[in-house]
Amino acid sequence: MVDTGDSRMIKDQVLTEQVFTINRDLLKRYADASGDQNPIHQDEAFAKSVGLPDVIAHGMLSMALVGKYISDLAGGSANVIEFGARFTKPVIVPAGVDVDLTVSATVTEVAGEFATLAITASSAGVKVLGMAKTVIKL
Amino acid sequence: MISPESIGRTFPGTKSITVTQSEIDQFCAVIGESDTSIAPPTFSIRISLDQSEAILTSPEVGIKWDRLVHGDQKFEIKRPIKAGDVVTCSSTIESARVVAGNEIISVRSDISTADELLVSSWSTLVIRA
Repeated sequence: MVDTGDSRMIKDQVLTEQVFTINRDLLKRYADASGDQNPIHQDEAFAKSVGLPDVIAHGMLSMALVGKYISDLAGGSANVIEFGARFTKPVIVPAGVDVDLTVSATVTEVAGEFATLAITASSAGVKVLGMAKTVIKL
Repeated sequence: MISPESIGRTFPGTKSITVTQSEIDQFCAVIGESDTSIAPPTFSIRISLDQSEAILTSPEVGIKWDRLVHGDQKFEIKRPIKAGDVVTCSSTIESARVVAGNEIISVRSDISTADELLVSSWSTLVIRA
């Protein structure tokens, strides 16, 4: 169970992981919702023509899903104050397959009414975000 | 290559954008967010990346958008975006450097209403050689 808006967060606490599902349908929906219609996220032939192994997810889709994870931890989106990440490896999304985005977090600092969390996010066992960090209001 | 004169410059938002509830609903639906009363933490990328593209691909800056890879992204949210907010988005080219032939550009975007800064965000964009 994910603790929501838990003001008892303590340093070094490991928060419950959550697994999101990413597939080609979600990429199309994210493209429409975000306005990012880059064909590397939808067109397999195009993706391969530019040297990618297959269609890849928008890095910002992974961040959006992690954003949902941290919104839940924070007791709502309104309590997410800062959020950043580096896109280290792509989430590869073959046709007709559900791939995972597995997200977890550790509390690295609690100061007053704010907590800083270090986030890990991986897909198929590969870390896809680096230095992912958020500051939430408790 | 980026025009050297554009580094350090702030480009004001070229258009006024009214955030709609249906845009927020659509974004929330993709990530499974049931609270649609405010925009999710990364919603503003929809505004800032579009604005950055318009500025960076303008002839006076000269970036080729089709060679672009998103390196990293950070948001500082002062007040969540809501439906009905009328915003502009300025972009500041904070730095540009070349590493192994790739141009690495850091862009700051500030999304504001007429009287309030809502979200500042930083994008590192890599233009592949």
